[in-house]
Amino acid sequence: MAAQGRHGGRKSNKMTALVVDDNMVNQTIHHRLLDNLGIENEAVSNGKEAVDIHCSGKTFDLILMDMDMPVMNGIEATRKLREMGIRSMIAGVSTRSMEREVQEFMEAGLDDYQVKPLTVSKLISIIHKING
Amino acid sequence: MDLAQLQRQLVDYKTSLYHEDFLDEQFTQLQELQDENNPDFVVEVVSLFFEDSDRLLNELTKALEQQSVDFKSVDAHVHQLKGSSSSIGAQRVQKVCIAFRNYCEEQNVEGCLKCLQQVRHEYSLVKTKLEFMFQLQQQILSAGGSIPM
Repeated sequence: MAAQGRHGGRKSNKMTALVVDDNMVNQTIHHRLLDNLGIENEAVSNGKEAVDIHCSGKTFDLILMDMDMPVMNGIEATRKLREMGIRSMIAGVSTRSMEREVQEFMEAGLDDYQVKPLTVSKLISIIHKING
Repeated sequence: MDLAQLQRQLVDYKTSLYHEDFLDEQFTQLQELQDENNPDFVVEVVSLFFEDSDRLLNELTKALEQQSVDFKSVDAHVHQLKGSSSSIGAQRVQKVCIAFRNYCEEQNVEGCLKCLQQVRHEYSLVKTKLEFMFQLQQQILSAGGSIPM
């Protein structure tokens, strides 16, 4: 799984991802799912930490954003990141399935949305959107 | 019991867990993430789930004992429990959590207490069953066999 072209000249061809989720079980599973696909990844526990990590200068090819989190939720965090000029692929991953709630999340600046729990095939479909 | 019998017992046991809705497809997904490089992945995630759930159930008990129940806080804990049970495929626990959240929304203490009891019960069942399943797996591995997936 090589991310060619988009970041040409980078030493590593590995894709990078940030998992944003307050649930430790989910963090562990998402981390493993990403590892399995050869994607370098790290995890933070809420929207504010996601914003802070970008303020520190880090960027990622993919952000997996949970919706309901303490301190700063996924909608606010997505908005903030887009305001900051972050162009990464942001995929909302949540248990919410009501059209209105999903729409609000999408309008905050998501590129994709998947209903939890995340699976290998859902993750692959997200990644295809980056490369496609 | 010989190795083949143990392996058969494990397969039958696992099948029954799916059949009785203790586990669902999501648990299968977890197993597929386990490989030679991550041989203990399922046990690790499930152990995390147990730790997390024990903590959440304690918090829920305390919260519902309060004179004036903070339903927002109760709901937040149930949401967490629903999330993790769903992620590991503990379907029956997840289902009770859904009902639990409805009672939170209605600010119905009676209903919440009933659900707390139910969720404790379902959690305790799935925990016992998963622990037994892991025990069987360990016996098979110790006997030099491999786990039939």
